[in-house]
Amino acid sequence: HQSAYESDNIKVLCRNPDDYVRETTRDIQRVPRNYDPTLHPFEVPREYTRALNATKLERVFAKPFVASLDGHRDGISCITKHAKSLSTVISGACDGEVKLWNLPRQECLRTVQAHEGFVRGICSRFCGTSFFTVGDDKTIKQWNLEAPGYGVREEPINTILGKAVFTGIDHHQRESTFVTCGQTVDIWDEQRSSPIRSFSWGVDSFSCVRYNPVETELLASCASDRSIVLYDTRESAPLRKVIMQLRSNTLCWNPMEAYYFTCANEDYNLYTYDIRHLDVPVTVHMDHVSAVLDVDYSPTGREFVSASFDKTIRIFPKDKGHSREVYHTKRMQHVICVRWSADNKYVLSGSDEMNIRLWKANASEKLGLLSTREKAAAHYNKKLIEKFQHHPQVRRIARHRHLPGDILKQKREQREMKEARRRREQNVRKHSKPGSVPLLTEKEKHVAAVVE
Amino acid sequence: MDSLICYLPKKVNIYEFDWLFLTQPPKRYWEETENTDQRRPEEEQGTAVQNQNKSTVKERSLKRKNGENLEKKDPFPGEAPIPHKQLQKFQRGEKYKVPAGARRRLKEAIISSEAMSELAQKQAARYDLLLPEDAGFLEGDEDEDTNTISQDDIADAVDITSGSKYFNLHLSQFGPYRLDYGRTGRHLLVGGKKGHVACIDWQSKDLMCEMNVMETVNDVKWLHTEAMFAVAQKRWLYIYDSKGLELHCVKKFNDVLRMQFLPYHFLLATASATGFLQYLDVSVGKEIAAVCTKMGRLDVMSQNPHNAVIHLGHPNGTVSLWSPNQKEPLVKMLCHRGAVRSLTVDKTGTYMVTSGLDRKLKVYDIRAFKPLHSCFLPAGASCLSLSQGGLLSAATGDIVQVYQNVLGSSPVSKPYMAHRLRGQIWGLAYCPFEDVLGIGHGEGFTSMIVPGAGEPNFDALDTNPFRSSKQRQEWEVKALLEKVQPELIGLDPGQLSKVDQASFEQRHKEQVEALGFDPLAKDKFKPKTKKKGRSSAGAIEKRKRKVAHEDQRDEIRQTVQERTERDKEQKEKSNEKKKLGNKSTLDRFRK
Repeated sequence: HQSAYESDNIKVLCRNPDDYVRETTRDIQRVPRNYDPTLHPFEVPREYTRALNATKLERVFAKPFVASLDGHRDGISCITKHAKSLSTVISGACDGEVKLWNLPRQECLRTVQAHEGFVRGICSRFCGTSFFTVGDDKTIKQWNLEAPGYGVREEPINTILGKAVFTGIDHHQRESTFVTCGQTVDIWDEQRSSPIRSFSWGVDSFSCVRYNPVETELLASCASDRSIVLYDTRESAPLRKVIMQLRSNTLCWNPMEAYYFTCANEDYNLYTYDIRHLDVPVTVHMDHVSAVLDVDYSPTGREFVSASFDKTIRIFPKDKGHSREVYHTKRMQHVICVRWSADNKYVLSGSDEMNIRLWKANASEKLGLLSTREKAAAHYNKKLIEKFQHHPQVRRIARHRHLPGDILKQKREQREMKEARRRREQNVRKHSKPGSVPLLTEKEKHVAAVVE
Repeated sequence: MDSLICYLPKKVNIYEFDWLFLTQPPKRYWEETENTDQRRPEEEQGTAVQNQNKSTVKERSLKRKNGENLEKKDPFPGEAPIPHKQLQKFQRGEKYKVPAGARRRLKEAIISSEAMSELAQKQAARYDLLLPEDAGFLEGDEDEDTNTISQDDIADAVDITSGSKYFNLHLSQFGPYRLDYGRTGRHLLVGGKKGHVACIDWQSKDLMCEMNVMETVNDVKWLHTEAMFAVAQKRWLYIYDSKGLELHCVKKFNDVLRMQFLPYHFLLATASATGFLQYLDVSVGKEIAAVCTKMGRLDVMSQNPHNAVIHLGHPNGTVSLWSPNQKEPLVKMLCHRGAVRSLTVDKTGTYMVTSGLDRKLKVYDIRAFKPLHSCFLPAGASCLSLSQGGLLSAATGDIVQVYQNVLGSSPVSKPYMAHRLRGQIWGLAYCPFEDVLGIGHGEGFTSMIVPGAGEPNFDALDTNPFRSSKQRQEWEVKALLEKVQPELIGLDPGQLSKVDQASFEQRHKEQVEALGFDPLAKDKFKPKTKKKGRSSAGAIEKRKRKVAHEDQRDEIRQTVQERTERDKEQKEKSNEKKKLGNKSTLDRFRK
């Protein structure tokens, strides 16, 4: 019997299993792909389901608390990062004690009784060999970062006795000058015992002073007369000041875009200012329900963390009005100070009840070494969440945070108050001459004046 | 090819073109590649050729000058061109243009996302070159119809493995048979009317289980894997595992006649003799929806694999489309003069083919719900099935006919293949990823070779005929994790990715009401008080004049508008009065 049809005219699909099945069990599986869209129906609904799952898992894995460093015998008043070492942190307490911590081992390396009364400020020298402290006993002390030998007493390298109480200190980025604030803003040379220059602008006290990280001759300080004052150290008089409705406690420069700074205000908000346009803040960051005490930027300059009297710390994107994250525990009391670690991974908070807490900056991030597939999966999930972030289900899950009952109650109360105020203003506007009650945006409300 | 495109209706989109190209007689490896394949996109072509010419001329001149060989230049600089039709295959929707008044952020977002999707499209199109298999085909000699070629001849002509795909199972006792292939195409499930159920790994001819349920069997269906299948028996729906063990008897589902499994939703849709369409979620075992169709006995059913909508055919000639979220049909269309006998939908969800008691075969575009063409089959078609490659098989009496190029606007010509069987045909299904058509009939089961029916290249992450049990387990977990919720079933599966303009406008309106002003409104023009330059007295005066009395102008504009409206109203009123005026006083007493 002869086949009637040449095999040139006919072809039937026939797959050789050798091309599709692995040769030995030690081989990896062969996975031929075909990206034809008709073979992959329901692209959008399936991707949406994946995004929803990714969002849920992100919330499931959100366990931000890493460790608590205990050892201080009074509330923590200030924390500072080491200029060179990621693992070292220096903290000062209200009883004048200063402790050096090793973060990976979560232990205290050294304890120094630095001052009588509060330690008001600590700063590390840019070279990382010594650090400065100021305290309620009107002294500035410089300490060696290396511990003294066995049996040798802890002694400061240098002590300067000032005329008034110092409330803050910051060191220059590359030169051997530093700045303190108290009744005046003083600029000091490390070699001298009296300030090189003093600034004051009819103000009785300052609470915080910071060097600009890029334009290193520029200074900003928060004063008790509700103002934020800018200085140029090369000039004899302050540059300009913004007067706000309430007092600012601290401020922090954005390390990447150093023409922005953010200040933590008594009116529960944080304000980001552009120094080129001080008349209106760039962004008002609202979410805290009590005075904000401290603020620190992440080294990438994209986010910052704030500590508040309401016993929470919050993480804000630099250009968003509301926080993306809130951290709290049952035991954490009023948070006095907060710092973002230099590797952008952790946040440190010091609070009233004598503990320093270490938090993850990204709550659901997996710590430790990741395999390539884990990394790829994490990236993919992040992208999915970003893509579907505006869908109501995804947004609801991503935004949800558990809050302590007190804070929730206060939040509702404040929302109601704000609403009532807005309604009243609207009614006034309705019944007065058009244009006589101007429409003020949230940004414009909080600035009283700018003085040159 | 060009003429085909001309005949296409205006609404046809890219995917159809794509499909048309696929159904062209496929390219052979010994033939020279077509011109179109190597053609670059038009703009690139011209410039590239010019560049080449220039570069070669330069090279030569340089050589002459130096007399030494310089470094050779790349004769094909830049990226390799991608054929246009391949690119179109991977295009998803229209490209989005930046609207005229877009702000900077929106503009950047649109541009970057467009660039990303273009890159993805290009890479996917490039990957097409690496696909390992080509589609099958069958061609007759000159003046010879391919439909006269018998299956025996085909089985002899092809290799042994392919030849063994033509076989008959003589099961005359319990027939006629319904059948179903698993999603990977390896496993076959047959169910005889008189209770005989068997599942077979049909390629290795390995019998997985065989049993007699001692009851009438109306339909059989594989669930998401080859480990479970559903059997619609005389009274209730039963679920068995691959060894024939009864897992469930679902008494909520009675008198089921036809079933469809929606693999991405894990839903088993059943149509019953009592007129109920029911959905069973097989991952949690719950009934998702029960719809009373009020259309009588439902024995014609099909699913749209593109959007998971269930199509039901009715004795009054209508076809209705259903989703589990709605008690009424999404669409009802009158397709035939007599009862609908069978219907099927193609994999892109573009075409529906129906046959009715009026012995007509009709092709519909179900995006526009319009008939494309119809033809008259003397015997009428009792069963229809569409393959992945777009071949239509129709059971006419005891003959199975396979048609080519049915989808599209060209009328149905003579069949591509035909095969005569003994006894009435009861079930018809193409095997996915194989050139095989399974036929269930009164005398058993026949597996028929239809070259060109199957998709040659599978995606192993989705459906892998060669998967190991470990791979299957992993796939099952992943598939369950991304199970699509039944609420998302609708006519347009891409709805979720579109901007919800209506609810945005609603929300915006509410916001404006609450705030007392529009936060998105543009600020009124304020002249800049620039201190440097352009401050000559003349310039200032000019600028002032431009914006002088801006608010007054607004008021004037408003009053003018109001006046014109008032005038209009008065005119209308007077017109009405005139009409009234024409009536006499006695009119008021008229009824």
